[in-house]
Amino acid sequence: MSVEFDTSSPKFAEYAQPGRLVTGEWLESRLGEPGIVVVESDEDVLLYETGHIPGAVKVDWHTELNDPIVRDYVDGEGFAALLSGKGISRDDTVVIYGDKNNWWAAYALWVFSLFGHDDVRLLDGGRDKWIAEGRPITTDATTRAATDYPVVIRDDSTLRAYKEDVLAHLGKPLIDVRSPEEYDGSRTTAPAYPDEGALRAGHIPTAKSVPWARAVAEDGGFKPRAELDAIYRDEVGLADGDEIVAYCRIGERSSHTWFVLQHLLGFEGVRNYDGSWTEWGSAVRVPIVTGAEPGDVPA
Amino acid sequence: MTTFVLPDSLAEIRDEFLELPESDRLQLLLEFSNELPDVPERYEGHSELRERVVECQSPVYIIVDVDEEGRVAMHATAPKEAPTTRGFASILVQGITGLTPEAVLAIPDDFPQSIGLTRAVSPLRIAGMTGMLMRAKRQVAARVG
Repeated sequence: MSVEFDTSSPKFAEYAQPGRLVTGEWLESRLGEPGIVVVESDEDVLLYETGHIPGAVKVDWHTELNDPIVRDYVDGEGFAALLSGKGISRDDTVVIYGDKNNWWAAYALWVFSLFGHDDVRLLDGGRDKWIAEGRPITTDATTRAATDYPVVIRDDSTLRAYKEDVLAHLGKPLIDVRSPEEYDGSRTTAPAYPDEGALRAGHIPTAKSVPWARAVAEDGGFKPRAELDAIYRDEVGLADGDEIVAYCRIGERSSHTWFVLQHLLGFEGVRNYDGSWTEWGSAVRVPIVTGAEPGDVPA
Repeated sequence: MTTFVLPDSLAEIRDEFLELPESDRLQLLLEFSNELPDVPERYEGHSELRERVVECQSPVYIIVDVDEEGRVAMHATAPKEAPTTRGFASILVQGITGLTPEAVLAIPDDFPQSIGLTRAVSPLRIAGMTGMLMRAKRQVAARVG
């Protein structure tokens, strides 16, 4: 039982998978409908508590999607327990939104996708656009009856890249979505972000620099198809059939770009390297390039 | 050698958090966040007193001053969209204001790890509060040095 797509937006209709986005208007008119669960996922762990979309549940990337010990995501049992506790069923349509132009919402969507949750969408423009449009926000606690989400083995083979995969990938399209300063090696952290501990600065050889925010329109939503094609196909040179890996610092900003490439532009072999710079920039004897040029595949 | 002593003001805040079950601690942090007072007008234009806390993900600035009676006053600003950061700032503002400079300098550096929020908030986010505390202590040392 799947919920119909939002066909109200001419912008969405141009995307490869128009059903992956919903507008605030579409969502507001469906709040409380069975089969739809709204999920807020933010960088700030308290933002949801200051006010959220009525009926939305919160999923925190740090404390809920990550394994508490190993640097990895929760496993099938952990994900089943998490979603059961949130009252999400396997066949529910999940609409995710969040702060920072949906960084963490896209990250949560990507993790849901590793577990093969079929129908997971983003609210275009995220939390800020919803509020700017004057739509309802509440501090009332959401209570949803627990569900029995099945234990599904996480599939890391299609949407996720490990460091070894990236080493073997060099020479194929690689997109670095961090800031230009992180790319050229003048700093290891995003401007105004805490140091998450990379020992070297620069980028993975051959990676092209396309900061994630280039995909964002002025209203905070995604840019229209034609503008995204101009960046990723015409300027960067990505072509259908390409295997593509995107990375950033810990995999959150690159989830945003992964969403654009995979769902909005319809590339099929896109993987997110979540180890990203905090792994690569500290790993022993991996090749690194500094400066503004992508550099060559190491001999 | 500095001897670390946790002042009563911060010990009370710590105990308030630790007495709550872990699931309720975020709510208390939100209360602190809502209580963060505005920076007094007299500091307007005194950009030399404002220090950006770069360890925090959101734009947060702190001002730490020592009055004629030798009492420390801490002020902080952080945007409404950054309630966690505001909460951290508010804890320190409430715990530090009114102390002597010596008492501030003696605050244990690991105070942020001791208030029972590390798991609820994540170690990375707690690092922002440590950055704020270290900068406050450095400012106090500069004012009395």
